[in-house]
Amino acid sequence: MANLTINGKTINVDVEDDTPLLWAIRENVGLTGTKYGCGIAQCGACTVHVDGVAMRSCGVTVSEAAGKQITTIEGLASNGALHKVQQAWVANDVPQCGYCQSGMIMAVAALLKEKPKPTDQDIDEAITNICRCGTFQQVREAIHAAASA
Amino acid sequence: MNIHTNPKKLRGFERYVKVDNVSRRSILKGLGLAGGFVLAAPVMSRPALAAYQTGADKMPHGTVVDPRVFVAIAPDGIVTIVAHRAEMGTGVRTSLPMIVAEEMEADWSRVRVQQAHGDEVKFGNQDTDGSRSTRHYLMPMRQIGASARTMLEAAAAKRWGVPATEVKAVNHEVVHGASGRRIGFGDLAADAAKESVPSVEGLRLKDPKDFRYLGKGQISMVDLRDITVGTARYGADVRLPGLKYAVIARPPVTGGKVVSFDGAEAMKVSGVEKVMEVKGWPWPSKFQPLGGVAVIARNTGAAIKGRDALKIVWDDGANGKYDSVAYRAELEEAARKPGLVVRKEGDVEAALKGADKVIVGEYYLPHLAHVAMEPPVAVADVRGDKAEIWAPVQSAGGTREDVAKTLGIPQENVTVNVTLLGGGFGRKSKCDFAIEAALLSKELGAPVKVQWTREDDVRNGFLHTVSVERIEAGLDKSGKVTAWRHRSVAPSIASTFAANTVHQAPFELGMGLVDMPFEIANVQCENPEAAAHARIGWFRSVSNIPRAFAVQSMVAELAHATKRDPKDMLLELIGSPRIVKLDSVKDLWNYGEPYDSYPIDTARLRKVVELVADKGGWGRSVAKGHGLGIAAHRSFVSYIATIVEVAVDDKGKLTVPRVDTAIDCGTYVNPERIQSQIEGAAIMGLSLAKHGAITFKDGKVQQGNFDDFPLLRIDESPAVTNVYIVPPGPDTPPSGVGEPGVPPFAPALINAIFAATGKRIRALPIGKQLEA
Repeated sequence: MANLTINGKTINVDVEDDTPLLWAIRENVGLTGTKYGCGIAQCGACTVHVDGVAMRSCGVTVSEAAGKQITTIEGLASNGALHKVQQAWVANDVPQCGYCQSGMIMAVAALLKEKPKPTDQDIDEAITNICRCGTFQQVREAIHAAASA
Repeated sequence: MNIHTNPKKLRGFERYVKVDNVSRRSILKGLGLAGGFVLAAPVMSRPALAAYQTGADKMPHGTVVDPRVFVAIAPDGIVTIVAHRAEMGTGVRTSLPMIVAEEMEADWSRVRVQQAHGDEVKFGNQDTDGSRSTRHYLMPMRQIGASARTMLEAAAAKRWGVPATEVKAVNHEVVHGASGRRIGFGDLAADAAKESVPSVEGLRLKDPKDFRYLGKGQISMVDLRDITVGTARYGADVRLPGLKYAVIARPPVTGGKVVSFDGAEAMKVSGVEKVMEVKGWPWPSKFQPLGGVAVIARNTGAAIKGRDALKIVWDDGANGKYDSVAYRAELEEAARKPGLVVRKEGDVEAALKGADKVIVGEYYLPHLAHVAMEPPVAVADVRGDKAEIWAPVQSAGGTREDVAKTLGIPQENVTVNVTLLGGGFGRKSKCDFAIEAALLSKELGAPVKVQWTREDDVRNGFLHTVSVERIEAGLDKSGKVTAWRHRSVAPSIASTFAANTVHQAPFELGMGLVDMPFEIANVQCENPEAAAHARIGWFRSVSNIPRAFAVQSMVAELAHATKRDPKDMLLELIGSPRIVKLDSVKDLWNYGEPYDSYPIDTARLRKVVELVADKGGWGRSVAKGHGLGIAAHRSFVSYIATIVEVAVDDKGKLTVPRVDTAIDCGTYVNPERIQSQIEGAAIMGLSLAKHGAITFKDGKVQQGNFDDFPLLRIDESPAVTNVYIVPPGPDTPPSGVGEPGVPPFAPALINAIFAATGKRIRALPIGKQLEA
């Protein structure tokens, strides 16, 4: 049992304390934009923001996340306006299958908050998400586009 | 909101795609190409592609050309077009409906796409596999669109009392030129539906010069926005009232089974509701489940935790000793002895004996796992003799058939809803995971989701085969290649379907072995025996990966041995522009396509080599520690050539500053999707070449997740992949795009590493071979 604050709403979820936040978000709260990819914090498909920091929600328990501000891909746009990273994603036509992209977008949004004009090296170090389709060239272009938007 | 057009940005497509008319004309002369190119001018000047045949009608259930099945028009004018193939990132859910919209003169911004459920009788073949969707459906989709347009025009003509020849559909309305009258598609919908469906033979197809969408670019995938905001629905995102969550412990050794299990500890895990055995099929199990022990819980986290607490005694069966180190030695031994001859021209034995020099290369590629970012997952709701499935399946129709057969109910009682696929790469052509969910739902009398964990995906999948390719090439005194013997040894995909399979099937032999296009007098291809000890399946590009790796590495080895430029050597081996004759090959697969429409045309292969050499700056001077490599390969009836630039530092760290790829995929639909497939192929190619290895010990896969089966991330990814698309001739039929990009990548990379360092790598992955 935990009180989770997700995208500004507080929701009581009836799960064990050690349940990975990922499953609570997806199955109890019903926000399915956050994806399962590996369960060991390797791939980043489940990336959300916890108090503004990009975290892999498969590696955070609900009890650790309780009381903190959690933002998922569904909460990134504000008042119907896409976040500038989402806008860059649309304009650059980044996704292929799309499954990893919500995690990728969340990771990039956090990077740009910390480093508004990231270099290629900053991107290499910060964006460690896996994309099996291989969208990285478009991801990099879109990050630079979002940074200069 | 599933339509998103993106007119302002072509993703640099125009930067890359323009090709030099002069060099193109010199190569393509005889094909009637009249210069100009896509964005600047119409490519195809005839009313329609001349008739060409594809293998589409030989696929199960063939094609269905019926606008009543694929097109619906609402009174408000919204046109709904059915996508009957699965979307796994290649863009077919956009491209195929777009072809229909093109021909029917629908305005794309007023088109909605509806995903077909599994029903091949109704929709035709749905197996989204083998780079076939555009290849097989360009013409049928055009015919469907033309048919719908003809019916709309007929309805308008009747309403106005004018001959149908005087009216014309233009951008979502029908216009009567003489009077200037016009009616929107929405107003005509009811009347058009009463018109009879015209015969395919009498259809008037649009003049390609009037195309608005086809081949033009600028149209994004219909799911782009949904993906970006997190609302796109994949298999795992399906939620039903009362849904149970399951994970399954499957046999760790292929062909193994459960002897006994103790679920007491698992049942103590909070949230776990039930532990039960799942039926498995004896090996070779085809697309059926492997069996095992399922843990049912009220959420996936609890199910996984419960599974960790299971105690299971397994019978490993016949493959319990499978060991990748020992098996590689077996394959190598087999490759050094004669095997089943599958192609023979001239006398290779004598030619090798009489050669001035013989170069031998033995190339090894280990098993690979697909690891699509979305692991297999399925939801099933089985009630009585009815079943409904929601799953990311490449083959919706096949899933329906297999689920029906397994449950013993009529196909008509099974509904298969196809979600988006979070990647497929061939794994999701097999519907074992959907059958598992159906079996569990039937037992439990409740809807069930079966989630494969990443470890399940790596350890219990349908792996890419493991192979040794051995090539012996004989050279005469002048450096000309006079003999070529290629032995390919690998367990066959057919072993997943038939016990005691030891030879590769025609569809595997036809991927870069018997269809090798070089102009050499004495050629022999052999297939020594290899037994399978793991579940083998189709993996993006399939046998083309090891074959292109071997053949194209050997080309560079021969260039080195004769002090030639590798590109010149490659062109010399491809030889004169001609249609390759393969009379000695008993069962030439040719990707299921008729040879008349899709021959091996060396002019087209030469063309992509010359184009990429020109655009990619072959021969340019590169910095110290850098090197260029080239490779070309025909697969899925498309022609591709790639140049890779590598940099290897003094510690052996490998980076890829630049990739250039030229592709000739015939008439194409969506150039931006070609670009994204080629970019992705470079990354998949580099990933498998650097890191890819699934290995076995004591019958068990030794890897489990991305920590020990690493994939490329952005830091290792090529800095840029430039894509050059050969403009199609007026009569060039469409060919594959999803898979052909992968095979030439690894050999181009390996050849570049040789150019940079003098080290010749013959076994993948590269791993630490460049260190030291």
